[in-house]
Amino acid sequence: MHLVYPAVLSALLFCTGLYGVLARRNVILVLMAVELMLNAVNLNLVAFDVWLRDKLHSGQALTLFTIAIAAAEIGIGMAIVLAVYRNRSTSAIDALRDTAESREPAEAASPDEKAEAAA
Amino acid sequence: MTTLAATSHPGFLSPSGIEIAFLLIGLVTFGAAVMTVTTKHLVHAALWLVVTLGGLAGTYLLLTAEFIAWVQVLIYVGSVVVLLLFGLMLTKAPIGPSADADSGNRWVALAVAVAAAASLLWVVVDAFRTTWINLRGTPAQGSTKITGEVLFRHWVLPFEALSVLLLAALIGAIVLSRKNTPSDAGSETEAQR
Repeated sequence: MHLVYPAVLSALLFCTGLYGVLARRNVILVLMAVELMLNAVNLNLVAFDVWLRDKLHSGQALTLFTIAIAAAEIGIGMAIVLAVYRNRSTSAIDALRDTAESREPAEAASPDEKAEAAA
Repeated sequence: MTTLAATSHPGFLSPSGIEIAFLLIGLVTFGAAVMTVTTKHLVHAALWLVVTLGGLAGTYLLLTAEFIAWVQVLIYVGSVVVLLLFGLMLTKAPIGPSADADSGNRWVALAVAVAAAASLLWVVVDAFRTTWINLRGTPAQGSTKITGEVLFRHWVLPFEALSVLLLAALIGAIVLSRKNTPSDAGSETEAQR
């Protein structure tokens, strides 16, 4: 099989995931796009492992490690998303702008932040 | 090996059966991925993600990596997508189409993604234009026997470190998702009674 087929598919999937990460508003949809990017990397690892005929099969071992790390990442990410949703009742990432730089420093500290700073 | 395979191979214009199969699965996978990042239905995005991950498992099978393919089906389709669906339910995602699924910087994101795709495709196609994968050999390179031998002979230490990482992630997820103030804990136990 020509190596270009899996490499091109992997590049296209990665860029699809890139678009999703940048364009989506819901945090869970962003996590899905991150999964797409991780899977693109996995496809590349498997294809190059089969091409290079590595004795240690680094590509396949690293693919398994990536899958396990992706599972850990999605677990932690979902816990953070649920904690944020419990506190703020939103899962839109562009609504979470507490640490954003403000052009006018007087407006930067909302009442919530002042209460948190005082406590 | 590479040059030998290249000279014995007909080239782009007469693809072999496995290449046609890979092309079809790849088209389905890419189409489902595009649907995942563009659909307005949040639950449909998770379901399109199932199609994408299943198609990727098919491509792993075509690349003779059978163990990776079944791990992909088990972990991604079986647990990650279910976790994402649970997350969608717990954050009260709307069932119908939601108009605000995409943020305002959608067109900038599209431009960045198209530019990245163009540059990556150019580099990849230019670099691997004359490279062929030799999928033959018994047993297949990605068979469960070989993967298991390699994993538990050469990669044991990273494998065990990874299990510690998974345990840490599990404990971290539990700590993050429990209510940790004393008053909340009291009300929680009262609610349980």
